[in-house]
Amino acid sequence: MTQEEIFKKVTDVIVAKLEVKAENVKPESEFGNDLGADSLDRVELVMALEDEFEVEILDSDAEKFLKVSDVVAFLEAKKNG
Amino acid sequence: MALKRPAVYDCGVFFLSTPLFLNKLTGALCGSLSIFESMKNKKSIVTGASRGIGLAVARELAARGSDVALISRGGCDSQAESIAKEFGVRAFAYACDVGDSAQVQATFAKAIEDLGGVDVLVNNAGITRDRLVLRMKDEDFDDVVATDLRSAFLCTRAVAKTMLSARYGRIVNIASINGIRCQAGQANYAAAKAGVIGLTKSNAMEFASRGVTVNAIAPGFIETDMTAALNAEVHAKYSSQIPLGCMGKPEDIAKLAVFLASDDAKYITGQVIGVDGGLNA
Repeated sequence: MTQEEIFKKVTDVIVAKLEVKAENVKPESEFGNDLGADSLDRVELVMALEDEFEVEILDSDAEKFLKVSDVVAFLEAKKNG
Repeated sequence: MALKRPAVYDCGVFFLSTPLFLNKLTGALCGSLSIFESMKNKKSIVTGASRGIGLAVARELAARGSDVALISRGGCDSQAESIAKEFGVRAFAYACDVGDSAQVQATFAKAIEDLGGVDVLVNNAGITRDRLVLRMKDEDFDDVVATDLRSAFLCTRAVAKTMLSARYGRIVNIASINGIRCQAGQANYAAAKAGVIGLTKSNAMEFASRGVTVNAIAPGFIETDMTAALNAEVHAKYSSQIPLGCMGKPEDIAKLAVFLASDDAKYITGQVIGVDGGLNA
């Protein structure tokens, strides 16, 4: 998967879970400040990403997700590395 | 001289044994069906539903219009069948050991699919294995904690995703007065039921922002197979202490459980409410 494809898929999950507009989801968007995600949203988001990308995301990894680009980089390494 | 208590509580006459048509009639006469159809179109799961408090809760939910999924270790097909017949709702039955994670996961996935969602979970399954600590075996402790406490966690987790996504849910945990003021010989049961209260409060905090409420009921001395198994001496001792003068019925618990499960209870969460004839007053 290319980085672009991953970003698009991540954006779809974020839009569905956080009820935000796709145009507001940018690589530099922060989950808390920009996308309005609380702790429960983050857990639901991680679980949805696990289903969507068929990967396991440890809590210790998920804790490091501040921005959308963090998630994309993690998934890129996981899927392609 | 001891004062004789006035008989303010007429045991066992007027619980929800009132036939459904009477409920509907009374509701219609009052100009509103809200109380008697308060659970219409809801989907509810009740554990430990083959008898006693669990069965009474399942029946009361169904009487008020909810579809119900009954879960019991030994199965409860006949109970579900008679509920469906009597109340005209959909009723499903599943055999499942709710202390077992894999069984809970599989059973709840099936139940949520069959019901088409889940609005209400009543964690009622429970056992006792009373013994003084000196004689209590590891498995006496572990089995009770698994069935009475771990089950509530496992079942709650199994409905959480659906309820949180739906931004709606009602979880009612059946604790016990013996998780609050405890008895000798119940180290396992008291610890598990006190644990249920802690679980209730923590889950209430965790789910509050999503419109999912979590409350506990602490029944006192209720006429079930569980209390029938106690010896006559314990019975007499307990009964004499109950301010309302008699043991409770499973229906007394069911009434509150269904209220807590209704939309009317939307501003109540993280609470432990006693239904004990005043025993814990």
